[in-house]
Amino acid sequence: MTAQVMTANRLDDGAVVYLAPEGAWSERLVEAEVAEDAATLHRLEAEAERAVRGQLVVGPYLFTVALEAEGPRPIGQREIIRAAGPSVGTDFKVVAANDNDRAGN
Amino acid sequence: MYRYDEFDEAFVRQRVAEFREQVARRLSGELTEEQFKPLRLMNGLYLQLHAYMLRVAIPYGTLSSKQMRRLAWIARTYDRGYGHFTTRQNIQFNWPKLGDIPDILDSLAEVEMHAIQTSGNCIRNVTADAYAGVAADEIDDPRVYAEVLRQWSTLHPEFSFLPRKFKIAITGSPHDRAAIKVHDIGLRMLRDDSGAPGFEVVVGGGQGRTPVVGETVRDFLPSEHLISYMEAILRVYNLLGRRDNLYKSRIKILVKQVGIEEFRRLVEAEWASIREGWELDLPESEVERIGAYFAPPTYEPVELIDLGFAQAQRQDPAFAQWVRCNSFPHKETGYTIAVISLKPEGGIPGDATAEQMEVVADLADHYSLGEIRVAHEQNLVLPNVKKADLYAVWQALVKAELATPNLGLITDMIACPGLDYCNLANARSIPVAQRIGERFKDRDLVEELGPITLNISGCINACGHHHVANIGLLGVDKKGQEFYQITLGGRADEHAAIGEIVGPAFSYDQVVDAVETIVTTYRGQRQSGEVFLDTYQRIGIQPFKEKLYGTR
Repeated sequence: MTAQVMTANRLDDGAVVYLAPEGAWSERLVEAEVAEDAATLHRLEAEAERAVRGQLVVGPYLFTVALEAEGPRPIGQREIIRAAGPSVGTDFKVVAANDNDRAGN
Repeated sequence: MYRYDEFDEAFVRQRVAEFREQVARRLSGELTEEQFKPLRLMNGLYLQLHAYMLRVAIPYGTLSSKQMRRLAWIARTYDRGYGHFTTRQNIQFNWPKLGDIPDILDSLAEVEMHAIQTSGNCIRNVTADAYAGVAADEIDDPRVYAEVLRQWSTLHPEFSFLPRKFKIAITGSPHDRAAIKVHDIGLRMLRDDSGAPGFEVVVGGGQGRTPVVGETVRDFLPSEHLISYMEAILRVYNLLGRRDNLYKSRIKILVKQVGIEEFRRLVEAEWASIREGWELDLPESEVERIGAYFAPPTYEPVELIDLGFAQAQRQDPAFAQWVRCNSFPHKETGYTIAVISLKPEGGIPGDATAEQMEVVADLADHYSLGEIRVAHEQNLVLPNVKKADLYAVWQALVKAELATPNLGLITDMIACPGLDYCNLANARSIPVAQRIGERFKDRDLVEELGPITLNISGCINACGHHHVANIGLLGVDKKGQEFYQITLGGRADEHAAIGEIVGPAFSYDQVVDAVETIVTTYRGQRQSGEVFLDTYQRIGIQPFKEKLYGTR
């Protein structure tokens, strides 16, 4: 199966987040847990459902990634922009809370 | 400008309090997203790609300086220091937090603003000619009737759950600057032989995946019957409009399906029945009361010819170019309508920073009787500037990077937020606009090309009005890659037309070159005195096809 990552928008500010190990949600795609088998996929789905019920996130879904040395990379343009922030200028890029490193590519 | 009465004030405050409670219930988990979504949409709150987006109504595009300052304050306090003016004459904030929305709405209510009916299947914010009340070519000020329609349509119990959203535009001028023929209902003010005011009523126009130029359902509707006739159209649509298919639910599909003759018969029959039952139309006294808010300001008498204004243009060619491009004839001698382009070369169409909003508010106070307009082309307008003050206004705009001289020219692009922000988009719009702006940064060349509208939509929903642009770009997704279909020959004025597809789509990397090829072809074929549309209509689409694709 193709490698997949679970994403959603955070409930309180709508920020793009990725499901990381141990049920944490990160703004950085590089920290996401990648599902490469059915069992992991189902676990991510169950975690996401719990996070929806717990008012952490909205609208979770899986998307396909390519696995590269620096971490998972989105395939389609939509997920590239969700990961990196708007491509319209430098001011609005994704900046993870308490972290000046820019997520994504 | 219209001022809220006690009823307006109370109900807007009530709505904010209600939504505050709904937000709290959502955050506590009492409401699921499924339950909350229709409630937030009724208050203009979307969830986009990266964040929530709040769309605030600017009724018929008219703003006071005080309201503009408040928008700036909200942008700085609750967002990332900017706002995006839209083709619906609204403003969108792209990064608010859910928990802050009730405070933002409270803050808006303090300056008589809200976000009600900026989303959902209801009658949306009524839009109007941005030069309403001041244009030299105007028959009458359409804002009086736009306000009447606003009051009639706000929380109208019968029309809160229509088959689909419903957009009304109104112009008071024979030259249509409000794109009325591509709205669900378009109203054009007229006078009959006796001089009495009324409207040509156009119905069933729209863009989206099925672009349609509206048809005239009534040649002349006396203005006193505006509300009852609108009620009749909406009732016919509410009853017969399709609810089973999202893509066939707009009134344009109904009108096409039954034909304009039958639609007219249905509306006239409904109208007759409404008028038999009770008096729905506003009494003349109420129209006069609302009209008093839009009474022309007291203009200062000025010299017919202002030598200083002429001299400033002679001495400062950049100012002269801006005057040629960005000012429009005012009905009052010695005054002008000054348009502030929100399309700087390489910039984001429709965006203004909080600081720029404050500059515009200050200029409105000092030079434009405190009033600002939002144009559906995503620009701002100072409607009442003395020609003698124009040089000072321009100098302030230059400092604020708001003095691009490109109104109606190729770089005055309409662009939707596209895939950079929007959940529906297939492709980016803004970076394409930025690249076109960079490519055509020679201001003299841009002026020499003459009027060309170039609009960009990131998907077939056509928020960027690409169908009615002289050069329209539509973003499409091809296996995860962004491509752009180009249409030519569209227009949004009184001769509205839908553009014709020129051929296969171009990639993100190719599309700006393709636009340049179109412009080069036009320049090569252009005859003296022609604008782009003249040349296009004379030579047709074939020469453009050949240059873009060869003779294949």
